[in-house]
Amino acid sequence: MKPILSVRDLAVEYRTAAGPVRAVRGVSFDVHPGESLALIGESGCGKTTLGLALLRLLPAPASTPSGEVLYRRRDGEVVDLLRLGREELRRFRWSEAAMVFQGSMNSLNPLLPVRDQMRDTVLAHRRMPAAEIRRLTEDVLRKVRLDPARVLAAYPHELSGGMKQRVLIAMSLLLDPQVLVLDEPTTALDIRTQRAIVDVLRELRERLGFAMIFVSHDLPLAAELADRVATMYAGRIIELGGVRDIFYRPRHPYTVGLLDAVPPIVGDLPALVSIPGGPPSLLDLPVGCPFRSRCAHAQDDCAAAEPGLEQVGVVHTAACYHIVPADRRVIRGEDVTNA
Amino acid sequence: MPDPLIVLDRVSHVFAGRSGQTRAVDEVSLELEPGKVLCLVGESGSGKTTTARIAAGLTRPTAGTVRFQGTDIRSLTGDAATGFRRAVQYIHQDPYSSLNPVRDVFGTLAAPLRRHRVVRGREEVRRRALELLTDVDLTPPENFLGKYPHQLSGGQRQRVAVARALTLAPRLIIADEATSMLDVSIRISLLNVLLRLRDDRGVAFLFITHDLALAKYFGWHGTTAVMHEGRLVEHGPTPRVINEPAHEYTQALLAAIPLPDPDRARPRAASW
Repeated sequence: MKPILSVRDLAVEYRTAAGPVRAVRGVSFDVHPGESLALIGESGCGKTTLGLALLRLLPAPASTPSGEVLYRRRDGEVVDLLRLGREELRRFRWSEAAMVFQGSMNSLNPLLPVRDQMRDTVLAHRRMPAAEIRRLTEDVLRKVRLDPARVLAAYPHELSGGMKQRVLIAMSLLLDPQVLVLDEPTTALDIRTQRAIVDVLRELRERLGFAMIFVSHDLPLAAELADRVATMYAGRIIELGGVRDIFYRPRHPYTVGLLDAVPPIVGDLPALVSIPGGPPSLLDLPVGCPFRSRCAHAQDDCAAAEPGLEQVGVVHTAACYHIVPADRRVIRGEDVTNA
Repeated sequence: MPDPLIVLDRVSHVFAGRSGQTRAVDEVSLELEPGKVLCLVGESGSGKTTTARIAAGLTRPTAGTVRFQGTDIRSLTGDAATGFRRAVQYIHQDPYSSLNPVRDVFGTLAAPLRRHRVVRGREEVRRRALELLTDVDLTPPENFLGKYPHQLSGGQRQRVAVARALTLAPRLIIADEATSMLDVSIRISLLNVLLRLRDDRGVAFLFITHDLALAKYFGWHGTTAVMHEGRLVEHGPTPRVINEPAHEYTQALLAAIPLPDPDRARPRAASW
């Protein structure tokens, strides 16, 4: 199967008074039709910038000095999204690929009922008779398990956080996109609401078959929803693998550190360790591996040159000179659930 | 058993609105011993923040009493009232809005030290501020004194908020979703700082969270109370609440938590 999205050597910079902030550097990956990829990492690692860059949604001081975002359209033609003109881009967005932004609370217009916002979204991208728009909006709302009669006439303040998030997901589905990009789809929601969103996304992907790229700092969400996981650090992907590779056989010390900081609900109480220090400034990246000052495995060679992604498994790559042994990580609390 | 530090005795709070009354807190009773942790777990609208504000004396309950070291806090006046306010400190959820943006870290820490005359003289205040920053792992502390909130990361800001809470040597810290806006690894390091304060200084914590996994980590050696629609639905030693939840609401919350374990999260998914 050919990938629907191929990102090649992508870089994103923000121009600032202090110089260029290199938010994304040398990022390459493929996403296949129907596949789900999670981009995980700490605040400021470039994951949201990368997600927005995929749909060319970055604000003005950002630029993409190099790279390609190759997208395979429904008609089979491959286009580089970084080279599309304004009108082509407008036709591409929403019908081919749609975005669900972070902070559902702020993404809806507080002055318009949901019905108007959904209608405007359709009309911004396609001509469609009113009756068909009505049928379509009701259809996508039911897909996210909302009652159209309750939601369509409501203003955003009349909906709960979880309902708003589902409205946004429904809106993203209006024009039946092949790719959905979601930025922190469950952050700031209650646990049971998070569960409902996870279940809706999983069900929708099974039924509709879109590919999904989601950005999150929440590792359990990736375990729930992703087929593959990319760990980002200082603007680069530093580990990429199948979801089981990343959770059961992580090889990059940073991925291991992130996993070790997740408090488990199952089993005994482990001593959780945090990763010391913070990420480097993207204005002034160190020579060598940008993680080395925080890394327990760092040696002299880590300061010489930045490691690139190397094969460590069948579909698993990691950018580290001193990868963690594959059997290091034991899943916690294996015997405790029935205890 | 030592005397409890704080007791909430059947406190209720009713908000009156145009569409009628809302019982935000409904006959909640809790107690916390010195140096212990009590986790209060609930979803948005469960009443956990109102309960925390009642415990801190920031909201007056419409019924029930709060006793701090045996005394009804409504009866406190003068020095005793000041003593209560010094002994109980509150850390808010959002470190982006709880710190004064035009005050540097030194100013943030110096204000309570001076107002309550904890130490005198600029040099003494500075020395104390450096100690406090070291206590919350903001090191080297000299680098942080002149920083303004916008120059700090979310985790650093929340540490400054903790350092500010420590200026008055509190007996009880009420942490209201204090780590929920932080990244996963930063969250754990802040929790470890708080646990150290409990162990080294005997500070008690009322820890408010919507995340049972955090309650488990932070409150394992203490108690956990689960709140739903203003009422306590479950309350007991944390290991029992997590491992043998008795109430179906607690069970539902536990079942909803996403697991960092793909095989358990999706038993039906095809394997790689």
